[in-house]
Amino acid sequence: MRIEQAVKRAIKPALVRVSGLSKQYVQRGAFSRRKFVIHAVRDVDLEIQPQCLTALVGESGSGKSTLARCLAMLERPDKGEIWFEGAEISRGRGKELASLRPKIQMVFQDSAGALNPRFSAAEIISEPLEIQRRCGGDKLRKRACELMEEVGLSPDWADRRPLEFSGGQRQRLAIARAIALQPAFLILDESLSKLDLITQAQILQLLSDLQTSHDLTYLLICHDLTLVKRVADFVMVMQNGEIVERGTRQEVLNSPQHVHTRHLLSSVRDLESTFGDFQQGSGS
Amino acid sequence: MKYLERRMVHGALLLVSVSVLCFLFTDLAPGNFFDEMKLNPQISSDTVASLRSQYGLDRPLPVRYGRWVHSVMKGEWGYSFAYNSPVRGLILLRAPNTLLLTGCATLIAWLIAVPLGVWTASRAGGWPDRVCMSGTSFCIAVPEMVVVFGLLYFSIRTHALPAGGMFSRGFEQFGFAEKMIDLAKHLIIPVLTLVLASLPILVRHVRASMIEVLNAPFMAAARGHGISRSRVLFGYALPAGANPLISLFGLSLAGLLSGSLLVEVITGWPGLGPLLLEASVSRDLYVVIGVVMSSTVFMIMGNLLADALLVAVDPRVRTE
Repeated sequence: MRIEQAVKRAIKPALVRVSGLSKQYVQRGAFSRRKFVIHAVRDVDLEIQPQCLTALVGESGSGKSTLARCLAMLERPDKGEIWFEGAEISRGRGKELASLRPKIQMVFQDSAGALNPRFSAAEIISEPLEIQRRCGGDKLRKRACELMEEVGLSPDWADRRPLEFSGGQRQRLAIARAIALQPAFLILDESLSKLDLITQAQILQLLSDLQTSHDLTYLLICHDLTLVKRVADFVMVMQNGEIVERGTRQEVLNSPQHVHTRHLLSSVRDLESTFGDFQQGSGS
Repeated sequence: MKYLERRMVHGALLLVSVSVLCFLFTDLAPGNFFDEMKLNPQISSDTVASLRSQYGLDRPLPVRYGRWVHSVMKGEWGYSFAYNSPVRGLILLRAPNTLLLTGCATLIAWLIAVPLGVWTASRAGGWPDRVCMSGTSFCIAVPEMVVVFGLLYFSIRTHALPAGGMFSRGFEQFGFAEKMIDLAKHLIIPVLTLVLASLPILVRHVRASMIEVLNAPFMAAARGHGISRSRVLFGYALPAGANPLISLFGLSLAGLLSGSLLVEVITGWPGLGPLLLEASVSRDLYVVIGVVMSSTVFMIMGNLLADALLVAVDPRVRTE
């Protein structure tokens, strides 16, 4: 049923469309003039459907985070185009970019590092509102408290610093900050990977609620295929900077075409069977 | 016990420890101020012995230490054998000159280092950064003495700047503006030397601290919210990376009395440097101890100020 809804939504024009996107990094040798070129993303084409959760999976170093940073306009791609709501954004500069940024927000993996340790919870959440001059003075704090409530945090904790929160609470704080500017597109860069299963489930429920209330489109970057099976509408698989397979969740996970996708899925099955054997062994 | 109170107690204990060590080491050093008198046939050994007794040098170390502490309590800070006067007057006469020199150098070095470090960090790996890092490596490699001799050579050849001292002849007859200009001209060579000595280290510290902060995910998040480049650098990154710099600033203050001794001696600046050198050579031990203790007081005060600043700017320290 959920897939059908997603496919219906997919009939709408894509929210994000990427064509021929490439990004490389050049490193110099410490004691030589030799240069090392790392092709993080190579000639990537993709489409992200509005109000869907698209999962981007792949092993570490496959270029997922670089792609996400390019989409969030935190990195400038070397080649290719990024279209958002029908406008090309990859060459945007200055004010043009500043006006687009609120629409695309990112939640990072390291919740402790992603929140300024000197700021209180209220200051962290109101930071984007202040930067974008959406409101000021007492309204800032009031809005921050409202957002805290919306993500399931008590406004009484508005003066706490990030390190006084648990990992899950910090991730809620990061989500509250990300939705403060009412974005259309939220990139979750392995935002659930450091959380325990119960907290993961709670955050997923929160993301689902926010998707409904804010019409959000998600790009979930993740390693965990079990999680992807549960929540994704669409799945893209990345390897060595390229997207090697894409499609609906059922297409990709039930009948994988690319050898790398099959390899990833078999790794999960191996892990599950090993873990099952281990559990049986320890139970007997 | 609160953080700052705890730090003050540490400072007081450190001061006592340094004073004990000072006495111990000066006692271990061979000879004393009156030994040279023994070589003079016109001064009898009885006279030397009575002088030693008069100044208490024949007493055991704990007694001398106790007397010195008593003298510090009275505000004399010990007694100079060479000048035949309390050490306090000697130090207070020269310390302002040293502070003027090192204060100017420290202020200028920080005023240049912070924007330069921030700028190079924001362009890390680019050619401005590489040029700046090569420049700082060169400055670190060149000894302070070579710089000051080079500048003195330049001033003697070109007569563009005074080649030593603090004032020109007839300084007393100058008007206020002329006095200030004359003093500023005399300050240029020693201040430039001190700035060139400390600037590369400060720039590298600021740069390293900023690069670490600029790569933090919360900075990426701020950029993602559309923050301007200048505000990212000076409004967000600099305060976030300020903690190690504040500690370094405390150390800069600690070096205000002791950081310029060599330059003062070479340029003939009438500060604590020449006084310390003279006192060390003649074994005028209470003057040496007085200067060392003054430097220690500055070090402790610099560190205390740094701690107070950390408490003021970083809420995490207050939470601890």
